[in-house]
Amino acid sequence: MAQDVIPEEAARGSLIYDPKVRGIVFQVMLMALLALGLWWIVGNTIENLNRSNIATGFGFLKGRAGFDIADRLIEYDSDSSYARALLVGILNTLAVAISGIITATIIGFLVGIGRLSRNWLIRKLATVYVEIFRNIPPLLVILFWYQGVLALLPSVRDSLALPFGSYLNNRGFYFPQIIWGDQAWLVLAGLVIGAVLSWYVARRARARQMATGQQFPVFWTSVTLIIGLPVLAFVLTGFPATVEYPQKGTFNLTGGMNVKPEFLSLYLALSFYTASFIAEIVRAGIIGVPKGQTEAYSALGLSSRQGLRLVVIPQAMRIIIPPLTSQYLNLTKNSSLAVAIGYPDLYAIGGTILNQTGQAIEVVVIFMIVYLGISILTSLFMNWFNAKMALKER
Amino acid sequence: MKHIAIGIMGAAAVGFMVSTASADTLSDVKAKGFVQCGVNTGLAGFSAPNDKGEWTGIDVDFCRAVAAAIFGDGTKVKFTGLSAKDRFTALQSGEVDILSRNTTWTINRDTALGLNFAGVTYYDGQGFMINAKKLPGVNSALQLSGAAVCVQSGTTTELNLADYFKANKMEYNPVVFEKFEEANAAYDAGRCDAYTTDQSGLYAVRLQMKSPDDHVVLPEIISKEPLGPSVRQGDDKWFDIVKWTYYALLNAEEAGVTQANVEEMKNSDNPDIRRLLGTESETKIGTDLGLDNDWVVNIVKAVGNYGEIFERNVGSGSPMKISRGINALWTKGGLQYGMPIR
Repeated sequence: MAQDVIPEEAARGSLIYDPKVRGIVFQVMLMALLALGLWWIVGNTIENLNRSNIATGFGFLKGRAGFDIADRLIEYDSDSSYARALLVGILNTLAVAISGIITATIIGFLVGIGRLSRNWLIRKLATVYVEIFRNIPPLLVILFWYQGVLALLPSVRDSLALPFGSYLNNRGFYFPQIIWGDQAWLVLAGLVIGAVLSWYVARRARARQMATGQQFPVFWTSVTLIIGLPVLAFVLTGFPATVEYPQKGTFNLTGGMNVKPEFLSLYLALSFYTASFIAEIVRAGIIGVPKGQTEAYSALGLSSRQGLRLVVIPQAMRIIIPPLTSQYLNLTKNSSLAVAIGYPDLYAIGGTILNQTGQAIEVVVIFMIVYLGISILTSLFMNWFNAKMALKER
Repeated sequence: MKHIAIGIMGAAAVGFMVSTASADTLSDVKAKGFVQCGVNTGLAGFSAPNDKGEWTGIDVDFCRAVAAAIFGDGTKVKFTGLSAKDRFTALQSGEVDILSRNTTWTINRDTALGLNFAGVTYYDGQGFMINAKKLPGVNSALQLSGAAVCVQSGTTTELNLADYFKANKMEYNPVVFEKFEEANAAYDAGRCDAYTTDQSGLYAVRLQMKSPDDHVVLPEIISKEPLGPSVRQGDDKWFDIVKWTYYALLNAEEAGVTQANVEEMKNSDNPDIRRLLGTESETKIGTDLGLDNDWVVNIVKAVGNYGEIFERNVGSGSPMKISRGINALWTKGGLQYGMPIR
């Protein structure tokens, strides 16, 4: 920008005084220095590693891992490779990050709106919640859930029996597993068809409202389609599912599904911790919409619910989304605190691999690439969402 | 832009200084005036702070022995508490001079990790501990199918555990912690049915439980765990000093030289003992190592011989009361065999 305001005559003198040339020369010099520095660091590292006879390179990833992982979303055993162990870790990180982000957003929005409530009790409760969780380090929140709540649950033998054949004890939450039969894919198909139809109905209803001003009960139609079609398929195919209940084995409950306390405490801690920040962001977003907007929609004859949905929230979202992205990134990165309670996320498994193979530099590079990748993808998605929610000037 | 360029050059200069750290550890140690030793953050009998806040244990005493051999003073040593995960990086990067942290000697660590093991200060094996009160019927590790097992990550223990259950076609549920203390706490809280680590470690952990008498160590030993101190590759002189400090401790026990009698033993008529204690005329044994000729006297004065270290830390003089077993001298049916100092 600076070059534009400098008059043309100045550039006619000697090359040294040409701002354009000077700019390019300095930038080339800086790039050269950076490249030199990088080259030197890499060369120095490789030389030192060779001198200490430490193996280098990423070839170790193909080796047999040799250790077991309890929490896993894909097939894995001790004969699998280190690369697969890392993949298990990445998926575990994603699992806790995604479920944490969803829950944190829901709690955050509820508490944030609660802080603006006209009800004194709700308002104060929301304030207390925010001030407590916002001011405790996340590691303490995780340890609070792990050692303060879940570890105090009864042992396996005295499991708390919950409805529907599920149990809660200090080894986690056990619930019945549904085992689908042969024709169960029809149920899934029903769900997909229901979703597609709902989307189509919503589009048509919108177009019709734009054209004629007539409204259509989109919400209830969608609910009927999305729930009704799978249930219909389920009944017509003759209930192709059986339920497996957790049973008491020698040591643990066996059968059914099990969510381990490591995952639960990490998930709950990250959700509750991040939700306190999201609540503040939501409150700020809603307060940030000028009062004139509220008066304007009242003047147009919209009800306060319609006004909130059609006027206030869309404008508040523009304020909320950018800081919300940062909170999502924070939550994802905070999930590496899992190592303190033994949840096998990327950082914990990578650390084990680092120790078994001694490939410190390579493993740290993988850490950086994966966390960077997840963060960039999250940012890209949120930027796209932000652009979609942005004020459209027509 | 100038600032950035200066910054880069500054960073490069700092990096360069680090890389020129010499490969002569002995000179470095002498120059700074103490030995930096990597130890466990808290494993009773091996390296743990006592009630006065001083480090005690076999691994700790070994580092004191090395310091005594170099400086004639066993207190010229500083300890760095390391987790299982950090230990090798700390040694490789030069943060510590010796790694003496109940570390198993394996071929992978000797080759791919670039370490040199100086000897085996404790022959151990992996075992299991259970809460007998909660699991009255279990008296063998082979009954543990389906159990949740607490283990420390990044150890040979974790790998042996996987191999053992696979070989015996049993299922299990690993609960893996990075820190020893976290694994202990989780086991004590009932998160796991069994706890696994080296047997010596199990006896130490048992004493830290809320009610130690409820816990029993199962009889099976599922692996060989030779624990010993290690150094970086590429510095043979330093490796020799650490290795021969270990042999000196064994030879002192074999010759009957103890902390109490080392001064009078110097006047012994036995040529073996005179050579060991550097009182032989014209001896060059100590100076050839780069040390003083009375290096063994200094070691024994500071920490005693191997047998004394063992009994004080894990044997009859400790709450753990572990018998010498295979850690006895070769003359008494054990595996500890000091190479001749000659």
